[in-house]
Amino acid sequence: MKEIYLDNSATTRCFPETADRMHRIYLEDYGNPSSMHHKGVEAEQYVREARRILAGILKVGDKDLVFTSCGTEADNIAIIGAAQAGMRRGRHLITTRIEHPAVLESMRYLEKQGFEVTYLPVDRYGLVDPAAVAEAVREDTLLVSIMHTNNEIGAVEPVEEIGRLIKARNPKTLFHVDAVQGFGKARILPRRMKIDLLSASGHKIHGPKGVGLLYIAQGVRVLPQIYGGGQQGGMRSGTENVAGIAGMAMSAQMLYRDLEGDNARLTRMRETLQRGLTEIGQVTINGPAGQEDAQPGTAAPHILSVTVPGVRAEVMLHALEDRGIYVSSGSACSSNHPHPSDTLQAIGASRDALDSTIRLSLSVMNTEEEMEETVQAFKELVPQLRRFTRH
Amino acid sequence: MVRTYGRVYVECQSDYDYEEVTEALQCVFGISGICPVKETGIVSPEELAATVTQFVLDEYPDGTHTFKMHTRRSNKNYPLDSQEMNAELGHALLEASDRFRVDVHTPEIMVTVEIREDRICMYSHVIPGPGGLPVGVGGKSMLLLSGGIDSPVAGYMIAKRGVKIDAVYFNAPPYTSERALQKVIDLASQIARYTGTIWLHNINFTDIQLYIYEKCPHEELTIIMRRYMMRIAEYLARQNECLGLITGESIGQVASQTLTALGVTGEVCTLPVFRPLIGFDKEEIVTVSKKIGTFETSILPYEDCCTIFVAKHPVTRPRLDVIKRHEENLADKIDELFEEAIRTDEILIVDKNGSRVVKHREDPMPGSMEQENG
Repeated sequence: MKEIYLDNSATTRCFPETADRMHRIYLEDYGNPSSMHHKGVEAEQYVREARRILAGILKVGDKDLVFTSCGTEADNIAIIGAAQAGMRRGRHLITTRIEHPAVLESMRYLEKQGFEVTYLPVDRYGLVDPAAVAEAVREDTLLVSIMHTNNEIGAVEPVEEIGRLIKARNPKTLFHVDAVQGFGKARILPRRMKIDLLSASGHKIHGPKGVGLLYIAQGVRVLPQIYGGGQQGGMRSGTENVAGIAGMAMSAQMLYRDLEGDNARLTRMRETLQRGLTEIGQVTINGPAGQEDAQPGTAAPHILSVTVPGVRAEVMLHALEDRGIYVSSGSACSSNHPHPSDTLQAIGASRDALDSTIRLSLSVMNTEEEMEETVQAFKELVPQLRRFTRH
Repeated sequence: MVRTYGRVYVECQSDYDYEEVTEALQCVFGISGICPVKETGIVSPEELAATVTQFVLDEYPDGTHTFKMHTRRSNKNYPLDSQEMNAELGHALLEASDRFRVDVHTPEIMVTVEIREDRICMYSHVIPGPGGLPVGVGGKSMLLLSGGIDSPVAGYMIAKRGVKIDAVYFNAPPYTSERALQKVIDLASQIARYTGTIWLHNINFTDIQLYIYEKCPHEELTIIMRRYMMRIAEYLARQNECLGLITGESIGQVASQTLTALGVTGEVCTLPVFRPLIGFDKEEIVTVSKKIGTFETSILPYEDCCTIFVAKHPVTRPRLDVIKRHEENLADKIDELFEEAIRTDEILIVDKNGSRVVKHREDPMPGSMEQENG
């Protein structure tokens, strides 16, 4: 059966070129970058090149990047490490109600350690009000953490404006951006956007799993969370995941080659889905995508969250799966425990809507034809599934 | 492994296998106790006394203890009889250390020395075995296995009485997920540590379920559905030489497990239905479930086919005549759907290490499924 993979916000298929390069590193250039001999130097070159590529994309210094094991680890180091380093200056943190668990749980951990956290609400499209962020910043606010792109509904937060307002209010307050969903889809320039800490992940951008990236602006103090051999300037001990790091950089480079062209194509595909799916009775879109009154630029090109009343999301998911179409019910990270989505609750979705919401997330590997087939599948399946419901 | 009267000797291949071996033996029904023994050849009473003394000193390197020597002599050619040996052995230990005192009524340590034809064994620890009867001596039964807490425990309990287990799971894609099936396979694999290899029948129940949903009153959906599950399970049971059906039902636990409902459900079967948990409270079932290691898997939150269309107020006192009358609404298609469900049976062989499919849904039903089993 043909496969239509529309769960790219959960993870992506690796670019074949990236996989080839990693294969070569595993089998031939397998040295430890810390070794003194040639094998080590060779491996170090890969890491150095990856640093250069990724720093080039973000327009930051090579030395400002730390490689981690995943996006979650990058978020943890950024939030917990910055809080620990700055706790004498203050104990107040700010975030939003729609962050990824990697951020929310780090915040909850810090609350237990005696920090105070402000959780900001979002509007019905999942957007944070920059003025509200500024207002929440106090003298003792250490850090503000706001995601670039929401993983469930594709809301793109106004991080540039938020960064500017935070610094105007309190220049000492650090700004962390979880860009796991935004990196590879948007041009993110930490220096211009006044971002001090930025997290990204390899496997969301057609790179490998097991690698993440943290940008730490010069002069920002963050305490390491993993201690050991002092690799990466002591910021993140542990032998570098050379193949993973090289793979992540290579995939990022490929994605940023024609980002605007790709995004235009992704947006067109998303619009095809949007148009087709909303032709089905009562189907609605969550988040800013396709909403007439939403600010331009607030919808990610690749994420579409749809509510199909009368059909439980999990059933819809499995029915689509039978036709080779892979989607997600809510956010894949939390679909194992039936905890209702924080994001959907924060935008005011009803209890029934929470149970009937499907996320489709696209990548550059998808095609317009696949979108049409998907719409067709929905149009056939929804009426069938609506015949049988729980009373 | 060597068998003698009343004893099975299991020899470890190296010292390091000890924990693994005792753990495995604790899963073998029919074993009442496991005694890690020290063995010697046939030696003189003096030499034996020295060996036993050293054995006790090694086993109990510190503290003071009361003890009793218990010699069993099946080798009647041995120079001293049991009574004389007890005295000899006790004397030697008392001489060797002042940490031990004799207490023949309630000793802390019972040192058993078995003098057999070709060897002498000594032990002082008895690890309780799982009891029961060896699996297979009691024939075979078909377990209705859901993803819940109860059915794996029910299977375990019947297997304990020496009954080999086959299992049937009712799958309802797309309403249930692949993970729900994986969960059931995992549960089967966990109880297979006790029951041995399980043949798991994965029946696609969706069409039957939807047909009942369309044709019968909603409050009766669960009860009618369960009657069809029993019918299918019984069909598979007969096909696979099972002598009964096993369910995890317990009186009053849910609407379909009232006495009336159990009567109506069981009415479709002619084979006996074994319900080993019938008088158990939920907490008691959970205790066994934790003991046999299925609890953590059972509580994973995947929906099974019993919950997907459940009515808000299902009937608790169904009347057999009414149910039968409503089942007549199914006359048009039900036989065809029943045959289809059997024909598309997916069969997996599950053991403690995992599973493999031996018949895919589209494969024809083999003449006799028993052949491959050997």
